[in-house]
Amino acid sequence: MARIIGIDLGTTNSLVAYVDDRTGLPRIIPDAEGRRLLPSVVAFAPEGILVGESARRQLVRRPESTVYSVKRFMGRGYEDVKEELRYFPFTIRPAEGIVRLQVGDREVTPPEISAVILKALKERAEAHFSEPIEKAVITVPAYFNDSQRQATRDAGRIAGLDVVRILNEPTAASLAYGLHRLKEGVIAVYDLGGGTFDISILRVKEGIFEVLATNGNTHLGGDDFDRVLMLWLQEDIQARHHRELSCREVDLGRDHEAMQELRLAAEAAKIRLSSEERTTLTIPFDDFTYRREINRAELERLLEPLVRKTLGPCRAALADAGLAPAQIDEVVLVGGSTRVPLVRRRVQELFGKTPHSQLNPDEVVALGAAVQAQILAGGITHMLLLDVTPLSLGIETLGGVVSVLIPRNTTIPTSAREMFTTSVDGQTVVDMHVLQGERELAKDCRSLARFELRGIDPMPAGMPKIEVTFLIDANGILQVMAKELRTGKAASIEVKPTYGLSETDVQRMVDESFQYAEADVEARMLVEIRNEAATVMTHVQRALRQGEALVSEEERARITTALEALRQARETTDRESIRQRTVALNQATEHLAELMMDSALKSALGTRRASEIMESQ
Amino acid sequence: MNYFEVFGLERKLGIDTEGLQRRFYELSRRHHPDFHATASSGEQADALEASARLNAAYRILRDPIGRIDYLVRLEEGRDTREGATVKPQAPPDLLEEMFEIQEALAEAKAQGLDEATRKTLAAQREHLLSRSREEEARLTGALAAAWDGARPDDRSRVLGELKQGLATRAYLRTVIDDLGQALDEDEDA
Repeated sequence: MARIIGIDLGTTNSLVAYVDDRTGLPRIIPDAEGRRLLPSVVAFAPEGILVGESARRQLVRRPESTVYSVKRFMGRGYEDVKEELRYFPFTIRPAEGIVRLQVGDREVTPPEISAVILKALKERAEAHFSEPIEKAVITVPAYFNDSQRQATRDAGRIAGLDVVRILNEPTAASLAYGLHRLKEGVIAVYDLGGGTFDISILRVKEGIFEVLATNGNTHLGGDDFDRVLMLWLQEDIQARHHRELSCREVDLGRDHEAMQELRLAAEAAKIRLSSEERTTLTIPFDDFTYRREINRAELERLLEPLVRKTLGPCRAALADAGLAPAQIDEVVLVGGSTRVPLVRRRVQELFGKTPHSQLNPDEVVALGAAVQAQILAGGITHMLLLDVTPLSLGIETLGGVVSVLIPRNTTIPTSAREMFTTSVDGQTVVDMHVLQGERELAKDCRSLARFELRGIDPMPAGMPKIEVTFLIDANGILQVMAKELRTGKAASIEVKPTYGLSETDVQRMVDESFQYAEADVEARMLVEIRNEAATVMTHVQRALRQGEALVSEEERARITTALEALRQARETTDRESIRQRTVALNQATEHLAELMMDSALKSALGTRRASEIMESQ
Repeated sequence: MNYFEVFGLERKLGIDTEGLQRRFYELSRRHHPDFHATASSGEQADALEASARLNAAYRILRDPIGRIDYLVRLEEGRDTREGATVKPQAPPDLLEEMFEIQEALAEAKAQGLDEATRKTLAAQREHLLSRSREEEARLTGALAAAWDGARPDDRSRVLGELKQGLATRAYLRTVIDDLGQALDEDEDA
């Protein structure tokens, strides 16, 4: 059986995990530097596509071509996201259907950007196992609708992965906890991540994890926390530094680089305030430095309305499960945003018990995905997850009213059958509009797709009996099948996804992705060697400043020449030349380094010697 | 295979829900696609179908009213919601009250609620709620037991009573929802 990996494709960070055959426990796969989280950031730099930490470093420098939080755009249309677009530095043009981001001179869809992240994780796993990896379980928020799930599956395909299961994040977390310490009872999983919120209520009994109800908000998370603090900072800066700002050409709010700086400072301050009572924010501008202290109470005043927005879905899920808060045996916290003390307090108040968070809230979803991957591979047989569909599925009927076929919180897989007929003599095509949501009118629900039943034999109106089966599979994704009962003929169905990629689109992206793959590797190698060169240069410059007196003028001149040569080579894309000149600079400073070792200035060259860096290449 | 057969049950309304849950877990372990992920595509499709049917069956049968509704459909030989014979119907003894409520609702729609009407409607809603609960208790109690104990030649009479009960309940629920909506909207305004 081929290995299946578990991937948490997060708004802020992504992770990959697997189950260790020897211990039977899930483990996170770190990258070569030992980092477990991969920042979900993709940068379209002139030297190629960057992902993760190297892309994150481009956020301030190249805000217009560096994409973060792309999960918020998955499976969505322009109308859904236009409100929050002004907070993002990248451009999305108004258009029908799926969102398309304008990055530099190219147009990319959210699944393509997510695919870059997935591919990096796939490669990380391949490096770890020294074998190709083709199958993955990928997690999504439980409250993701059909389009958002499809988009995630498309992203996997573009990355060259066979997505064997789309798994809900809170249920994934419950599996990780289940393996951790199996205890029976009713548990509530409160999952507040970077951009999404889920609440799931489960009954755990005899190894069965039965989801009773789920609810949430796919547009609420740590990003929103950062945003309110960022806007507050912006106002404060504008009030305090009005004079300096009035001399600037661009308005602060439109200065993408400065706003990214503010966003990152806000995020960092929010994180510090989870463990400290107060913190100081320092943001350097060209002509002034903004500095101010903020305490936890001030932050909590800003966050309170957002945290409150999570409580309604919790009550709704409890009501759907037919339970009172007191009937919940345990509450589990998942997602980085549950580190915020205010969140913990509100959850504790609602359920009347102290929530659990023994497992790292950033990692528990990926660990659970690995457990589910192992179940699918046949490696675990005592655990079984019975999940539900988060939203009611229906079809549009006369007058724009939705007729519900599958109610929310129905255990999946599940199916429903409905009969259709024609309304005009000789009609050979019947249209269907499939929707998801809890509202009565089609216009208030989420349009999933329009289906066309074709090839119906011409008959008087009302004569054909077409039986349509709607099946929601274990991924929470809809499949539709149709049959004309009089003739027994399977009717063909043409699907027009409202906010998705067509099959042809996905296929093209899969192909393109392979063409780009080689160029991407080249680009990444260039970036890496440039970064190493920069590190060596910084160390040498520092050593020169501190050890100036130790060497002759002649030697100093030799080092300076080598430094200048590397600086010039670094501007080019010639990898070999950069490497050679890095080695040369390294050799030129060997004597200086020795002298410095002898002197009290030993540490000036840093903990890593330049020669070690080159050897590790 | 109908939903009773999925669980190996007779067509009876008295179902032990704990036993049903136990059986549901057992059958889930047998049919769930997760345990067939490495099988041939044909077996996978069978598992998907069996699992979808099991989940649908469990959802209907664990709900005492849902199971009556399903039984009626089954006895009438329909397997989709098409052609429902149970139509919401006002209970004869409440006809007069219903008439008053409809009138008050129409008036409320036109010119809003005054405090007195509001109180009356809220009280009527409470009354109908308790009446609806009574109807449910009768359906899932005495009538369900009557069905389970009925001789073959008496079944169609009991089925008729079940349908009557469902019709009354459906009607009451519609009026309760309408009242709730009118009272809520008024509150919002």
